[in-house]
Amino acid sequence: MRHDISILIIGLLAVLTTASIVAAILSARAPKPLSSTLVNLTQRINAWWVMVALMTVAFFFGRYGLTILFALISFASLREFVTLTHTSRSDHWVLLGMFGIIIPFQYWLVWTAWYGLFVIFIPVYCFLLMPAITALHGDTERFLERIAAQQWAVMISVYCVSHVPALLTLDVPGFEGRNLLLIAFLVIVVQGSDVLQYIFGKLFGKHRFSPTVSPSKTWEGLIGGVVSASLLGALLSFVTPFTPLQAACVAFVVCSMGFLGGLVASAIKRDQGVKDWGHLIEGHGGMMDRTDSLIFAAPIFFHIVRYFWTV
Amino acid sequence: MNKLSLKTFTLLQTATSVGLSALAWVVTGVRPIWNGSLPSDKQRIYFANHTSHGDFILLSACLNEKERAITHAVAAGEYWGKSRLRRFIAEDMLSSVLINRQWTKPEENPIEIMLSVLDQGHSLILFPEGTRNMTDEPLLPFRSGLYNLSMARPQVELIPCWIENMSRVLPKGQFLPVPLLCRVVFGAPVAIAPGEERRAFLERAHATLLALNPRPERDD
Repeated sequence: MRHDISILIIGLLAVLTTASIVAAILSARAPKPLSSTLVNLTQRINAWWVMVALMTVAFFFGRYGLTILFALISFASLREFVTLTHTSRSDHWVLLGMFGIIIPFQYWLVWTAWYGLFVIFIPVYCFLLMPAITALHGDTERFLERIAAQQWAVMISVYCVSHVPALLTLDVPGFEGRNLLLIAFLVIVVQGSDVLQYIFGKLFGKHRFSPTVSPSKTWEGLIGGVVSASLLGALLSFVTPFTPLQAACVAFVVCSMGFLGGLVASAIKRDQGVKDWGHLIEGHGGMMDRTDSLIFAAPIFFHIVRYFWTV
Repeated sequence: MNKLSLKTFTLLQTATSVGLSALAWVVTGVRPIWNGSLPSDKQRIYFANHTSHGDFILLSACLNEKERAITHAVAAGEYWGKSRLRRFIAEDMLSSVLINRQWTKPEENPIEIMLSVLDQGHSLILFPEGTRNMTDEPLLPFRSGLYNLSMARPQVELIPCWIENMSRVLPKGQFLPVPLLCRVVFGAPVAIAPGEERRAFLERAHATLLALNPRPERDD
C-alpha cells in the first residue's frame, strides 16, 4: 500500500507543479493588472497545495489522521451551514448539541465501526429528538424552517461527510489493510472532476446548465469534466478492488453525484443570497464550496462498495 | 477608580490577548472587512454594536499586534469591578478600562477616565449603546459619550465597527458559544461636522454603524 500511496502522491505533485507553472506563464504573458480569473486561478492552485499537503499528512497518520481530518471538515462545514440559516435564540442548546455531541458521537461510531448505529443515529434519533427539544423550548416562530435547516445541516455536513472515513470500516475480500486507498480514490476522482469541470467550463463553456441556479455550470464543463474524471477513475483502478471498467463506472456515478451536490449547494446559496459559503479557503470560498461534491458522492460510493464488494 | 497609568501590555495581557484571539478564530473564524478604513496605528476610538461579552474579543482579534497592545475596551465598572476576581480579569488580563455608569464622585467621571487613556496615546473600543442589546432592534440609541470624547479630542479618529453574528454565537445569559462564522466590518471614520448638534451627530454615527451590517435582513 505504501507503494500505491507514493505513486498517488508523486502524481498529485506532478499535476500541481504543472498547474503552478501554467498559471505562472499565463500570468506573465497576460496584460497587467491581471484579470480576476487569473488571480483567482493562482489562489486556487496555491490553496490546492495546502489541501493536498494536509491530506497527505492525514494519510500518513492513517485511520487516526483521516477520522480527525474529516471530523474537522464536518465542523467547518456545519459552522458554515448554520451561519447561513435562520436560527433563534431558543435554538442555542440544540445548536451546541450539533457541534458538541452529534459530531463527536458520529465520528466515534465511525471509529468503532458500529455500522448499525452509524447509519441511523442522525437520520432517526437526531431527526426525532432535535425538533422535540426545539418544541420543548416553546418558541414556535418559523418552527418548521428552523428544524428543517437544523436537520439538513447535520445530514449534509456530519452524516454525509462521515461516510468518507467510514470507508475504512468496510471488509473487502482481497483488499484487507488497503482501505485508505478507497478514500484516496474517492477524493481524487471527485475533486479531480470538480477541477476538470472548471477547466472544461472555462475553455469551452457556452451553454449554461441551469442559469437560475448557477451561472458557472455549463454543459461543456459537465460532460468534459465527468467523462475525463471517469477515465481518471479507470486509470486509478490499480489502487482499488475494481477492474478498470468497474472503476470508470463507479467514478462516473460518484462524479455525477458530485455535480448534483454542487448544484444543490448553489441553490441553497442563491436562496440565502450569498456567493460563497465562507472564507476559509483562499480563492475557493468556504469549506462547503470545496466539499459540496464530496458530500453527495461519499454516501453513494460507500454503499456501492458495501453492496457489491463486501461479503 | 483612580488615575490610570497605562503601559503597553504586560506578559499576562499579551498571553491573554493571543489566547483569546486564537479562541475567537477557532470558534468564529473571525475575519476583518476593511470597508472605508484600513489598519493603522493612528489613535482611534473603535465604536461597535454590543450584544455579547465576546464582542471586544472579536474586535481586538481583527487588529494587528501593535494596535492591540494599545487598544482598551471600555467596560462597565458596576459589573467588572464588583469582585476582586472580576476586576483582575477585566484589568490585569483584558486591560479594559472600567467606568461607572452611575458615578457620583468627580474622580469617577467616565469621560475624564476615557480622556486620560486617550491622552496617553492609547486607543479605545467603545460600545455607545451603553449596554448589551437584547431587544429585537438591531442597534439601540447611542449615549452621549462618543460625542463628548470627540468634542474634547477631535484629532482621534472615530471608526464604526459592525460585529456580525455575535448575538447568535453567545446570546446574553449563555456561557457556551455556538461556533458560527463572524465578520467585523470596519467603516470610514466619522467626525463631528462644524456646528453639528450632539443629537444630530449621534444619530448620524448610529446610522453609519447600522449601514455597515452586511446582511441586515438576517438579524433578529
